[in-house]
Amino acid sequence: MSNNEIADKVKKIVVEHLGVEESKVTPNASFIDDLGADSLDTVELVMAFEEAFSVEIPEDTAEKIATVSDAIDYISKQKAS
Amino acid sequence: MFSLSGKLALVTGASGGIGKAIAEQLHRQGACVVLSGTREEALKSVAEQLGSERVHVVTANLSDGEQADALVKRAEEVAGQTLDILINNAGLTRDTLAMRMKDSDWEQVMKVDLESPFRLARAALKGMLRRRSGRIISISSIVGTTGNPGQANYAAAKAGLVGMSKSLAQESGSRGVTVNVVAPGFVETPMTDALPEAARERLLGGIPLGRMGRPEDVASAVLYLASDEAAWVTGTTLHVNGGMAMV
Repeated sequence: MSNNEIADKVKKIVVEHLGVEESKVTPNASFIDDLGADSLDTVELVMAFEEAFSVEIPEDTAEKIATVSDAIDYISKQKAS
Repeated sequence: MFSLSGKLALVTGASGGIGKAIAEQLHRQGACVVLSGTREEALKSVAEQLGSERVHVVTANLSDGEQADALVKRAEEVAGQTLDILINNAGLTRDTLAMRMKDSDWEQVMKVDLESPFRLARAALKGMLRRRSGRIISISSIVGTTGNPGQANYAAAKAGLVGMSKSLAQESGSRGVTVNVVAPGFVETPMTDALPEAARERLLGGIPLGRMGRPEDVASAVLYLASDEAAWVTGTTLHVNGGMAMV
């Protein structure tokens, strides 16, 4: 899976879970500040990423995934290794 | 009032006195009910009494973590719809004074009475939070509040359900999911039938309403908390004990 594919899939998951316009899901968009997520949403997002990409995101890492690009970067790194 | 038409409910320990009464009440109000327990024959007999519609049986041994984790999904598969109401009713006792209590007595009770409700709630919440609705009701006991000699393990597990439910209620409130507890006092079951007459008399003396509870008394409290009418009630413990302990 290329990094572009990962980015597209992450964006799709964010759009689906948070019910936001695709245009708002920019790399620097913060889930909580820009996309209206609450703490439960972020947990649900992390779980959705884990399922979609078959990766495990440990709790202390999950806390640091605040923006769309945080998620894309972490998943890309996991997939590359 | 209290219609559960179209809803799916999973009741663990459904072949026992209280579990069966809960299943009956929820079914009567229109819910589709999945009966779970370890004894398939006993569950089938409860299912037969409920009739041929809106009832399913799924056996599971809740002392096995994997089986507990899988039960919600199995219930949804057999019923062909998603779970709306989880009733954590299954429980067992291993009574003995603490000095004589074996590790296995403690562990068994914790596993079935506290850990499996958590596993079931965790599995159920995933879908409920997404769907923005759901009811989780755990059957505790008055001894979780008062304590009882010979039941350090059971009382600890039953008190544990209260703390767990309050935490889950706070986690899931923003999604319209409610999490509550029903804490029965002494209810007429095969277990309390075995009490000697003198002990029974003494027990009744401490109950202002002057009788033992019936399984239906507990089931009615569960029905209320499971209903849409209880939408603004969460994290609470409803004591159903004839006034024996006013807490």
